[in-house]
Amino acid sequence: MAQRLVTLSAAIALLALTLGPIGAVLIWAEGVSSLRPGDLAALRFTVWQAFLSALVSCLLAVPLARALARQRFRGRGLLLALLGAPFILPVIVAVMGLIAVFGQSGLINQAFAALGLPRFDIYGLHGVVLAHVFFNLPLATRMMVQAWLAIPDERFRLAASLGLSRRALFLTLEWPLILRILPGAFAVIFVICLTSFAVALTLGGGPRATTVELAIYQAMRFDFDPGRAAALALLQLVLGLVAGVVALALSPRQGFGVGRDRSVPRWDGAGRRVLDAVVIAAAVLFLLLPLGLVVARGVPGLSLLEGDTIRAAGHSVIVALASTLLCLVWALALSTRRGELLALMAIAISPLVLGAGLFLVLRPFVNPFSMALPVTALVNALMALPFALRVLRPEAESIRTDFLRLRQTLRLTGWAWTRLVLLPRLRRPLGFAGGLTAALAMGDLGVIALFADPDRATLPLQVYRLMGSYQMEAAAGAALLLLVLSFGLFWLFDRGGRVHAQSRTG
Amino acid sequence: MKPLTFAAGLVLATSAAAQTPVLTVYAPDYFVSEWGPGPKIEELFEAECACDLQFKPGDLLPRILLEGARTEADVVIGLNTDVTGKARESGLFAPHNADMAALTLPVAWTDDIFLPFNYGHTAFVYDTTRLDAAPESFDALLEAGDDLRLVIQDPRSSISGLALALWVDAIYGEEAEAAWAKLAPKIVTVTRGWSESYGLFTDGEADMVLSYTTSPAYHIIAEGDETKKAAIFPEGHYFMVELSAKLASTDVPELADQFLAFTVSEPFQSMIATGNWSIPAALDPSGWPAGFQQLDLPETVLFYSEEEAAERRDAAIEAWRSGLSR
Amino acid sequence: MLSLEQVEIAMGKERLCAAFDVPRAARVAILGPSGAGKSTLLDVVAGFRHPDRGRILWSGTDMTAMPPEKRPVSILFQDGNLFPHLSVRRNLALALRPDGRKPDSAGQTRLGDALGRVALDGMEDRLPGTLSGGQQSRVALARVLLQDRPLLLLDEPFSALGPGLRHEMIDLVTDVATEIDALLMMVTHDPSDARRFASHIILVADGLAHPPQDTAALFADPPPAFRDYLGRSADPAP
Repeated sequence: MAQRLVTLSAAIALLALTLGPIGAVLIWAEGVSSLRPGDLAALRFTVWQAFLSALVSCLLAVPLARALARQRFRGRGLLLALLGAPFILPVIVAVMGLIAVFGQSGLINQAFAALGLPRFDIYGLHGVVLAHVFFNLPLATRMMVQAWLAIPDERFRLAASLGLSRRALFLTLEWPLILRILPGAFAVIFVICLTSFAVALTLGGGPRATTVELAIYQAMRFDFDPGRAAALALLQLVLGLVAGVVALALSPRQGFGVGRDRSVPRWDGAGRRVLDAVVIAAAVLFLLLPLGLVVARGVPGLSLLEGDTIRAAGHSVIVALASTLLCLVWALALSTRRGELLALMAIAISPLVLGAGLFLVLRPFVNPFSMALPVTALVNALMALPFALRVLRPEAESIRTDFLRLRQTLRLTGWAWTRLVLLPRLRRPLGFAGGLTAALAMGDLGVIALFADPDRATLPLQVYRLMGSYQMEAAAGAALLLLVLSFGLFWLFDRGGRVHAQSRTG
Repeated sequence: MKPLTFAAGLVLATSAAAQTPVLTVYAPDYFVSEWGPGPKIEELFEAECACDLQFKPGDLLPRILLEGARTEADVVIGLNTDVTGKARESGLFAPHNADMAALTLPVAWTDDIFLPFNYGHTAFVYDTTRLDAAPESFDALLEAGDDLRLVIQDPRSSISGLALALWVDAIYGEEAEAAWAKLAPKIVTVTRGWSESYGLFTDGEADMVLSYTTSPAYHIIAEGDETKKAAIFPEGHYFMVELSAKLASTDVPELADQFLAFTVSEPFQSMIATGNWSIPAALDPSGWPAGFQQLDLPETVLFYSEEEAAERRDAAIEAWRSGLSR
Repeated sequence: MLSLEQVEIAMGKERLCAAFDVPRAARVAILGPSGAGKSTLLDVVAGFRHPDRGRILWSGTDMTAMPPEKRPVSILFQDGNLFPHLSVRRNLALALRPDGRKPDSAGQTRLGDALGRVALDGMEDRLPGTLSGGQQSRVALARVLLQDRPLLLLDEPFSALGPGLRHEMIDLVTDVATEIDALLMMVTHDPSDARRFASHIILVADGLAHPPQDTAALFADPPPAFRDYLGRSADPAP
């Protein structure tokens, strides 16, 4: 009963925070304005690029996750953590890194020119998809690896003892796993790409790459037509929800049963070492090369960092930690199918409209400027909620199913259950989800533009401020600092979850 | 510990507020960074006003429109001409009472609400070490080979992007869409804002970037680098001016008037060139920093009045969109 | 006394009916062909399933609508009886403190005694995964001692153990049930197990859970349904 209450309040808070702001904007605008002809083209492009991006990310994630799950090699842990980095990069930094590799004068084109090959042009739909895959392939991969590791070793031993062929092993163990994880991963990535704006525009190469979010930006900041912005935001929300419903309907419910927490050496990696090595090497090049260039560009700028930037970094870390705590508590309360569906609303909602709505809602009660950091922490927690849930929900549900009877027959209280069973058994996904949230909260620019305060700037905002003042080198340094901090937080959380998990099974 | 510090801060803030009047100024985000003009403005003005100037950076007009008459802002600084129509319509702003005789703009300025403090022109900036011969006119730019690589900003999300759309509209009128179609193969990409474009340009991703005639001044003065130039076209360049204005709802109207007068006074004007990398709006060229005096500036300045701009805007953006989508 | 009043449970297309009383002091073996509904019957008593019709009473109190955690029942499953990530001590402590807190010193003593009772002294800090199957069952039995509830249900918890060990465990279960004065009901697939401990046998077959009958009498003069069952399990486990 008490647990129902917690879930219900978490759900209500979520609804209030997503629909409330849109409602506030609609009331303020006195209704919805009609859409423009161009909006339809934007909608088509938005859905198409999001679909392609999610599809490619998910398809590539399968071989990569499989290789990472079944091979053991030195530095594997570090690599797993590093692969999370693109996802948590601030957009502007990542785009610069990608262009340094794939751009007109990037590494690829330099190599092509040296070989006498024609120039490769990154700008266009394929560029948008490439960038989105760069961001989201690591996410899909980590979700898959996470689930792969959650298959009890007993299942693999059973498969081994039955002498299953590779095909049979795939069909009995891996295919159900893929079916369980991929639709959800697809939905999350699809919805993230729905709200893409700067990436789509910059790499799309022109007005053909107009997304709905850009139209919202135009309506909100340029045309001051909040009615149209709210209408577009609602449209985006519906799209996200539809994607979520379809994905969740496609993903089957059953889990893999209770494991006995014994660690058994994986036997199925041998004989596939070469193939797996090629897959892993290709992924490392694709994902880490742009990061390496961001680092290389940023190092000279580090010496230019001054007080404001350091202070901004401090704010960002505090905001990130607050967001993480809030988000994890929220996600635990909502870790059911319906909760996850509800949470998809959070990424499908336009940050611009959310910011404007929150501003309108808060203004009668408090000075929005003094709320800059709390609001940022709250909104970042909200935005990270779907990711946290995607990671937590499947395992939380299987823990609930697996131990339901034991819980009932022992008459465990909700608190004892949470503290002694749910949290310890969720440690690994909790660490991962916490790391994601912290890193996302570090990199998010989100709603702060309406609430900004000179003394409470966050680091991503500071990067933009520096660029806006021609301080490209200092901005590169600040971006590197942001990368290091985001990644550091991610690593700490993720590592924390995994270290414990290993000592438990060791 | 935390709540205590917070409470102490509140007490200090309120007691300070009781002694000195506070002037709240909304400003664009880049203003307040340590590299922007904000800190210098604050220092100079507080020296003469016996007040506390507080910048609130972020979105300007969207925020003020959302807040309506209850806005905290006394003054807003950094507005552009493309939003003045909407701002005027809202009735939230009051006349500025400043003396406009001192203005040294290349266009006549008589607006009694929005007061200019610096200006520039749209221009394509290039690096002389990477581009031997820049096009010498807009026509030449359109006819240049397709290996010339440009990066521009989206007119739907960026002020400079919109200025470019109006610039093309002002030169080519009904032929604007065709002009855009000729430009299309040369455009590497379109970015959301100026910062991304300029970043791409400095990274060598493009030969020319849509920026301002004043951009080279930054490189000359701050970096001692004279290789960045703005290509000057005889067809003219679009005029971009930054404005400040007083809110009708301010509770310190005298202080707000004093601040607006300050923005066109000598101390502010001789600082703003290197503070905001723009041309002072009320300062004779002889008073400009040396780097600004050596800038190439256009003879012809193109500028739409508020009404013309409002009328041409949608068509100009549509010409951009369909010309580039061909 | 446990009473099942005209209980009917849907099992897929089949139905299972049960109407009988079981005396408090009984030691009951539930026998029957696989798939007949032995576990289902236990689930209904434990509250994991709800009957479509009828009532279940314990000492005259209707517990049909009670959730499992409110029933006076301790239950051991075929597997998954322990939390694999918690030490033996913490697993046992949950029986004393369902709120997850540390038991008081009296509780600690009881916990140690219970472990001694199942001959696992000194194993408090081991994780279940490091124990053998028989030892894990003993820990679960120690928990039953600590739970001290009047209805003890077992769903073939020892089926994975060898015959010697299994008989040992069955004896231990019987002792435990006597010690806490509990009605014992155990599902088994082995008639010889039933003869070892059961005072009564409930035969579940053909959609019907027969009323409990005296073990000796049943084996001496098996009715047709029981004969069928014995015949079908022609290869009784050793």
